[in-house]
Amino acid sequence: MHASVRQAVSVKINPTTVTAGREAATPASMRMTISRVNFFYGQKQTLFDVNMGIATNKVTALIGPSGCGKSTLLRTFNRMHETVRGARLQGEILLDGQNILSQDVTQLRRRVGMVFQRPNPFPKSIFDNVAYGLRVNGSKLPIAEAVEKSLRHAALWDEVKDHLHKSAYELSGGQQQRLCIARGLAVEPEVLLLDEPCSALDPISTAKIEELLVQLKDLCTIAIVTHNMQQAARVSDYTAFLLMGQLVEFSPTPQMFTTPSDPRTEAYITGRFG
Amino acid sequence: MSPRLGWRKFVSGFMLTMTGVCAVVAVSVLFFILGYLVYHGGASINWNFFTKLPVPVGELGGGMANAIVGSAKLLLLASLFGVPIGFFGGIYLSEFSNSTIAFVVRYAADLLNGVPSIVIGIFAYALAVLPFKHFSAFAGAFALGLMMIPITLRSTEEFLHGVPRALREGSMALGASRWRTIMSVVVPAAYRGIMTAILLALARVAGETAPLLFTAFGNRYWSHGLSEPTASLPVMIFNYAISPYDDWHRQAWAAGLVLLALILIVNIFARAILSRGGTVLR
Amino acid sequence: MATSTTTVPSAGPAEDSRSFLSRLRNGDEIARIITFLFAASVVLITLVLVLQLWHDSSIARHKFGLNFFVTQVWDPIAEQFGALPFIYGTLVTAAVALLIAVPLGIGAAIFLAELAPQKISDTLQFFIDLLAAVPSVIYGLLGVFIVVPLMRVYIQPALKHSLGFLPLFRGPAYGVGFFTAGIVLAIMVIPYIISVSREVLLSVPRDQREAALALGSTRWESTWKVVVPFARGGIMGSIFLALARALGETMAVTMVIGNSPIVSTSLLSPGYSIAAVIANEFTEATSQIHLQALIELGLVLFLLTFILNGLARLLLVLTAQKGSGMGHV
Repeated sequence: MHASVRQAVSVKINPTTVTAGREAATPASMRMTISRVNFFYGQKQTLFDVNMGIATNKVTALIGPSGCGKSTLLRTFNRMHETVRGARLQGEILLDGQNILSQDVTQLRRRVGMVFQRPNPFPKSIFDNVAYGLRVNGSKLPIAEAVEKSLRHAALWDEVKDHLHKSAYELSGGQQQRLCIARGLAVEPEVLLLDEPCSALDPISTAKIEELLVQLKDLCTIAIVTHNMQQAARVSDYTAFLLMGQLVEFSPTPQMFTTPSDPRTEAYITGRFG
Repeated sequence: MSPRLGWRKFVSGFMLTMTGVCAVVAVSVLFFILGYLVYHGGASINWNFFTKLPVPVGELGGGMANAIVGSAKLLLLASLFGVPIGFFGGIYLSEFSNSTIAFVVRYAADLLNGVPSIVIGIFAYALAVLPFKHFSAFAGAFALGLMMIPITLRSTEEFLHGVPRALREGSMALGASRWRTIMSVVVPAAYRGIMTAILLALARVAGETAPLLFTAFGNRYWSHGLSEPTASLPVMIFNYAISPYDDWHRQAWAAGLVLLALILIVNIFARAILSRGGTVLR
Repeated sequence: MATSTTTVPSAGPAEDSRSFLSRLRNGDEIARIITFLFAASVVLITLVLVLQLWHDSSIARHKFGLNFFVTQVWDPIAEQFGALPFIYGTLVTAAVALLIAVPLGIGAAIFLAELAPQKISDTLQFFIDLLAAVPSVIYGLLGVFIVVPLMRVYIQPALKHSLGFLPLFRGPAYGVGFFTAGIVLAIMVIPYIISVSREVLLSVPRDQREAALALGSTRWESTWKVVVPFARGGIMGSIFLALARALGETMAVTMVIGNSPIVSTSLLSPGYSIAAVIANEFTEATSQIHLQALIELGLVLFLLTFILNGLARLLLVLTAQKGSGMGHV
């Protein structure tokens, strides 16, 4: 299956494109390094030899048409793929030089957090949602302080500070998603993964979250999957373009969107498919 | 790994293992029950058991022929009473009714379903024993039939609802009347589900004892016709089990084995049919 | 069944807008009327049942009033009837049953919904469904010949020896009693808790569990602190259903509870339940007031199970709504 896919996609991947992206951010400042990653659902292979990096304190976007594997790839970064039976990962993924596959997964997930496509607050109060990770993992600060800090980072504090004990479900969609971001930030992760975080939200909430992401860079490293190219162009420092499970191009964002190296990238960006 | 994380992981592994233990314990009860029944009752299942009437205490060679026949009689009568009401009522709910009436009927059926079986027995006693001043198969069948109504009603409605609209419209577009459509097209399409639901309802009431205690009551001999007290397997098991006689205890085990085996076979059979048809039973 | 030509107003679905005569001609109207009568008979039967219970206990109700619920004496000869021992016994055995069945049942449901691969989960659930089909009298059989001797010879003496300082485990112990009945009841209601809880847990949206895991929870933490609370309502519903079943259970309880109208703090003491006394005394009731008192007990039982079943259904409906109405698909 691998071979036939390679034949169908007749243009070879230009190795210089891939390494160029990685060298653009010096190796020392790669928070995560992804090497020779192949991914399988049972017998079906969905990621083919992916090599890239996630630069420290920068936003890296994963773009590509539906089904290209970008969400699958993102979910390997915190080993969420392991919740599905039959999912198999080959290759190496390093976080600060250590292979995440040989670490304890619970510990890993504290360091690499995730925000999901649809807001999914727990059936608890706003306060308890943010406090959940702290209570489970232990917290350096007193919990109330840590909760306030996270909510401020997520630009939600002012809106909810007088209603912390209300149910999270009383918030609007956009607010719920920011709550989920606050919840993820509370455990002070090194990397925050966001899987199409705005796809279920209205434009105003989307804009708020995009603004937030740019500010959050200083706090942690960010990787975001998005099907919205303009969003990637607005928000990210590096962009990776995936097509049918292969990493086609990985470059600094301005370069990707003005002078893409690969014709397929150009086709996608100019809207010819996907 | 910090000590705290180590502890959390230990708790996680331990608790999850415990849930597995709970599941195993729960499921193994079924096999314990079957095992004990076979062990204690298996030897007493013989030709006599199925063909002879009970004999006085102290004599050997008695059986439960009258109870087996009695149970069969009661179940047949109960179906004749309960199934039509449930079936045609279900047709009404699915094909003809508006939502208010449907709600009321469903609510009443759920209520009836939740009534403890002993209370059903009281009701059947008041209606079918008291006026006639004696226990009877008729009264027992009435009680059991009452218990079959809610299951049959809900299942009929549910399976009829599951028949696609297109089938109905196809028939009516050919000029068939509503009723014709229902009986010739819709019901046959839902037939498998409804039949198995009826079988399951039968299996359920086959084991009921309480409602028979003061309706059919029991009989050490054959009962003729419908208006005599009638023996049944569950009541026989009960009476024999609480008696002080070993021989009766042995027979109670044997009867329990026969009763449970029949009920389980019907259940397995019915569920197998349903799952092959692609539906899931509630 | 005699058909009446009453003009039933068009209460059926709006699609049937033909004229009444046209419907009458091809049998549809008759069909509708006949099936309506069958459906209506269900409502009628239920109404008559409630009315009959109410009516046939009226003498007893008027004679004893509210004292019925607090009087301990049950003396058919002196025609003094108090329901307290039976209400007590029913509630105590149900409580013991739930204390055992709820942790076991929820634990098993968690295993089936969260841990077991689908095939194993479905197979085990199949066996649980079969367990629910086992009739009460068979449980009674096992109760009398297996559980009671076990209690009498091993368990009750052990309890008295180790925990006998508690009032719960004092006094004479014959194998039968509240505790034994509670154990048998627990076995009977576990399948209900498991089936319903498993279904509710399976319907919790995946991303709830994933969000918890993504925050660095262990599997147990994500299950216990997020998934189970999400399904809280449905699980409570399953417990109410189990409780309703336990309250109305007759045969198995009668065979192992000891049939003594005693109110005792000791779980090892013989006792009685509402369903059991009705089963035992109904056919031997010596007087009308005796019968009426038994029927009044039946009415009490009916009301208890009615309320519990209603609450259970409400909880299950509310949980189902929460699972689907939160903007999650």
